[in-house]
Amino acid sequence: MAVKKTATPMPEQDPNVRKNNFDEVALGYTPEQAQEEAVRCLNCKTKPCVQGCPVCIDIPAFIMAIKKGDLQGSIDILHEKNCLPLVTGRVCPQEEQCQKFCSLNKIGESVSIGRLERFVADWEMKKNKTSEPKTVHYQRIGKKVAIIGSGPAGLSCAGDLIKWGYDVTVFEAFHKSGGVLIYGIPEFRLPKDIVEVEIQNLKRMGVVFDNNRLIGSGLKINDLMDRGFQAIFIGSGAGLPQFMGIPGENLSGVYSANEYLTRSNLMKSFLFPKYDTPILSAKNVAVIGGGNVALDSARTALRMGADHVYLIYRRSREEMPARQEEIHHAEQEGIDFQLLTNPLAYLGNEQGYVHQMECMRMDLGEPDASGRRRPVPREGSNFILPIDQVIVSVGTTPNPILKLTTPDLKTHHKGEIEVDNKQMTSIPGVFAGGDIVTGAATVITAMGAGRLAADSIHQYLQSCK
Amino acid sequence: MSKSFKQNEVIQVHELAKSITMMEVYAPNVVEFAKPGQFVIVINEAKGERIPLTIADFSKENGILTLVFQQVGKSTMALAKRKVGDVIEHINGPLGHASLIQPFGNVLMVAGGVGIAPVFPITRALKEQNHIISIVGAKSKDGLFWVDKMKKVSDELIITTDDGSLGRAGFVTEPLKEILSNQKIDRVIAIGPLIMMKNVSKITKEKNIPLIVSLNSLMVCGMGMCGACRCTVNEKSKFTCFEGPEFDGNEVNFNEVNQRLQMYRKEEKIALDYYLGGSNGR
Ligand SMILES: Cc1cc2nc3c(=O)[nH]c(=O)nc-3n(C[C@H](O)[C@H](O)[C@H](O)COP(=O)(O)OP(=O)(O)OC[C@H]3O[C@@H](n4cnc5c(N)ncnc54)[C@H](O)[C@@H]3O)c2cc1C
Ligand SMILES: Cc1cc2nc3c(=O)[nH]c(=O)nc-3n(C[C@H](O)[C@H](O)[C@H](O)COP(=O)(O)OP(=O)(O)OC[C@H]3O[C@@H](n4cnc5c(N)ncnc54)[C@H](O)[C@@H]3O)c2cc1C
Ligand code: SF4
Ligand code: SF4
Ligand code: FES
Repeated sequence: MAVKKTATPMPEQDPNVRKNNFDEVALGYTPEQAQEEAVRCLNCKTKPCVQGCPVCIDIPAFIMAIKKGDLQGSIDILHEKNCLPLVTGRVCPQEEQCQKFCSLNKIGESVSIGRLERFVADWEMKKNKTSEPKTVHYQRIGKKVAIIGSGPAGLSCAGDLIKWGYDVTVFEAFHKSGGVLIYGIPEFRLPKDIVEVEIQNLKRMGVVFDNNRLIGSGLKINDLMDRGFQAIFIGSGAGLPQFMGIPGENLSGVYSANEYLTRSNLMKSFLFPKYDTPILSAKNVAVIGGGNVALDSARTALRMGADHVYLIYRRSREEMPARQEEIHHAEQEGIDFQLLTNPLAYLGNEQGYVHQMECMRMDLGEPDASGRRRPVPREGSNFILPIDQVIVSVGTTPNPILKLTTPDLKTHHKGEIEVDNKQMTSIPGVFAGGDIVTGAATVITAMGAGRLAADSIHQYLQSCK
Repeated sequence: MSKSFKQNEVIQVHELAKSITMMEVYAPNVVEFAKPGQFVIVINEAKGERIPLTIADFSKENGILTLVFQQVGKSTMALAKRKVGDVIEHINGPLGHASLIQPFGNVLMVAGGVGIAPVFPITRALKEQNHIISIVGAKSKDGLFWVDKMKKVSDELIITTDDGSLGRAGFVTEPLKEILSNQKIDRVIAIGPLIMMKNVSKITKEKNIPLIVSLNSLMVCGMGMCGACRCTVNEKSKFTCFEGPEFDGNEVNFNEVNQRLQMYRKEEKIALDYYLGGSNGR
C-alpha cells in the first residue's frame, strides 16, 4: 500500500477570528485524522526519528499503539520518557527535532509526530476529567531533594525522582508553578489549564510545591542543605531580559517581552480591570526580535487590540530563529514583518510615552561566527516609524540572584551555570539543567536535562549514605 | 502561640495615620531572613496585582511581619479592608538588597510621609554604631506616625509638617540644609515621596555628601525577570528590584523615575472606579 506523501493537516481557528481571541489556535486532530496520520508511519526498524527527540521517546511504538486503537498503551509509552506530553505535543520545534529525521522526508512530508503526541495526551486529559485519576503512592526511601524553579527542567526532574521514592520539594519564585510555560508562552499556543493539569499530576504523585520562594534571597542553597536536602537541582531558567542600550529604552510604553507576556499571561491583564494588573493599550506596536518570544509578543499585542504590529528583525526571514509554524501563523494574522531593519532610538512625547522610533535598514554581509550572514547597516537608510508601544525581545540571560548569593557556584561569562556531563555543578550534590545551563533553548531540551540530572542525583544519593 | 496562625494570616490591622494602614501578618518564612531595607511582593487576592511593600518591622520570635502602606489606589485600598483572621493570597520575600549597616559616624535620616515606616528599621539597626539625627515630616499632624518609635532609635529627632500643625512648619529640607551647614554629616538616608528625595538630593549633591534613597518604582515580578522597575542611576539602566531598591541618591535620574511611576495613571483610575463601583454593589 502506497504511503500518503503529505501530512494530515490539523484544523485551526480562522486567522481573522483568532486574532481577536486568546483561544488556542491549533485545534488538534479528531480520532479519524489521528488514525489517518498514524497509518503513515512506516514503523522503521532503525527508528531514525528517535535520535531527534531529546528525551528519546519510542516514537514508532506510541504511533503503532494509536494505529491499533490502544490509546492507553500509547500514553503509557509517552509517559515513560516524557512527563509533559500535553505541552511538548504543542510547543516542541518538531520540524527541527524528531520530524527532521523521519524516513518519510525522502518521499514527502514527515509523520506529524508532535500532533499525534498531542492527540494522545489530550485524550488522556479528557478521560481524567470524567473519571478521577488514581492517586499513585510510590515507596518512600526517606531522602529529600530540593528543586529550584518549576519550569520544564524542574518539573521533569521532580517527576522522575518522586517515582524513585525521593521526597521532592519544588521551590518557585512566582506564585504559580510552570516557569515559562505559565508566564511566557501565551494562552493561544498553550492553554494555562493544560499546564495546571500537568502540575496537578505531579502533586498527586506526591511532589510538594513551595511557591513565592526566591531561593538566594531569603532561603539560600546552604540553608536548603542545612534543612536536610541531600541533593539540589537548579532549574531557574534564563529569565533576565536584555535591552539593547539604545536611547529612549526607559520611556513609558517600552516593555521587555518578559514584562509584556508576564502581565498578559501570568497576571491576566487581558482581563483588566477584572484582574488588577494593567497593560498599556496601543495602536501601533513595534516588536524587536525574530524568535519565538518576539512572535508570541507580536501576536499577543494583536489580540490586545493593536491596529498594526510591526516585527522588526535585523536579519532576513531565513535567519529567523522562530518555529516555521509560528512565523506562518503570524503572517496569516497580519503581523507586518520589517526584515533587515534595526532600531536606533526611541523618541517620546512630553509625558514620556514613546511615540516614534528611528530605524535603519540593513544588508547581509559575510557570515559571522554562528554561520549566519552578518547584518551591516545601509548608510543613509534611516527612517522614522510612528508607534506608541515597543516590546523588546532580543534575548534573556540567566537570572543572577542565585549566583550573587552562592559564590561557590561556578558560572560562565553570561551567568550560565557550569556543569559536568552528569549535570553536577561545582558544588557537590548540587545539579543544574535547562536554560540556566544552556541559555535560552527549548522546552524539551530543558526536560531532557532535568531527567538526566534526576538520574545523576539518583546515582549520587545511592552512593552516599 | 504563633503555631496556631495560618501562613499569611492577618493578625492586626489598623489605621496609623490619615489613609496610612499598618498590617501585621503571620509570615515566618519571610521574617526568618528579613533585613532592614528589604521588601516583599504582596498579592492581596486571587485576581490581584503584585505590589511591592517595604518590610516596616518584623519579629523573628513569633514570625510576624509588619507592613505600613498608604491607600493610594485599588490594591492598597482593598488591602486596607482586610480583617483580622483573613489570609493574604501571596507574600513573597524578602526581596532586594538589605541596607548597608556599618559605622559611618554621623548619619542623618530623612523620612517623609509613609516613608517613616521603611526608615524605622534601618535607623534602629544603624543606631548601635552611629550618631543618628532624624528628620520626620508629613503634610500635617494627622499624617505622622511612629514618632515615639523613631525617637527611641534616634539621638536627635526633628519633626516638620507642611502646615505647621506639629513641629516645625515647612518641608524636611529646611532643617536638613541647616544641619548640613552646621555639622559634619557622613551619610544621609532619605525615604519618602519622590519629590522629597529629589529635593534632598539637590542639597546633598551641592554639599557633596553621600545620599542613599530607596526608590519606589513600579514592579511586576520583584526579582529581576521583567524589567518593569528600570531606572537610570549614573547614566546606567538598573533594575530597582534586585540591584536596589536603595541607590546612590546623588546619581538617580528622578525625572525618569517619576515619568515611569505615572505610566499607568489612566489604567489606575479605571481600576479604582471599577473597584469602587463594584464594591458599592451598583
Ligand atoms: C515567550 C516564550 C516562548 C517560547 N516558545 C517556545 C516554544 O514554542 N517551544 C519550545 O520548545 N520552547 C519555547 N520557549 C523556550 C522554553 O520555554 C524554555 O527553553 C524552557 O521553558 C526552559 O525551561 P527551564 O525549566 O530551564 O526554565 P524556565 O521555564 O524559565 O523556568 C524557570 C523557573 O525558575 C524560577 N526561578 C528562577 N530563579 C529562581 C530562584 N532563585 N528561586 C526559585 N525559583 C526561581 C522562575 O520563576 C521560573 O518559573 C519559549 C520561551 C519563551 C519565553
Ligand atoms: C520597593 C518598594 C517598596 C514600597 N514600599 C511601600 C510601603 O512600605 N508603603 C507604601 O505605602 N507604599 C510602598 N511602595 C509603593 C506601593 O507599592 C504602591 O503605593 C502601590 O503599589 C500602589 O498600588 P495601588 O493599586 O493601591 O495604587 P495604584 O492604582 O497603582 O496607584 C495610585 C496612585 O499612586 C501612584 N503610585 C502607584 N505606584 C506607586 C509607587 N510604587 N510609588 C508611589 N506612588 C505610586 C500612582 O501614580 C497613582 O497616582 C513601595 C514601592 C516599592 C517599589
Ligand atoms: S517530545 Fe518533542 S521531540 Fe520528542 S517526540 Fe515529542 S514532539 Fe518530538
Ligand atoms: S522515522 Fe518516521 S516513519 Fe519511521 S518510525 Fe519514525 S515516525 Fe515512523
Ligand atoms: S520588577 Fe521585574 S525586574 Fe524588577
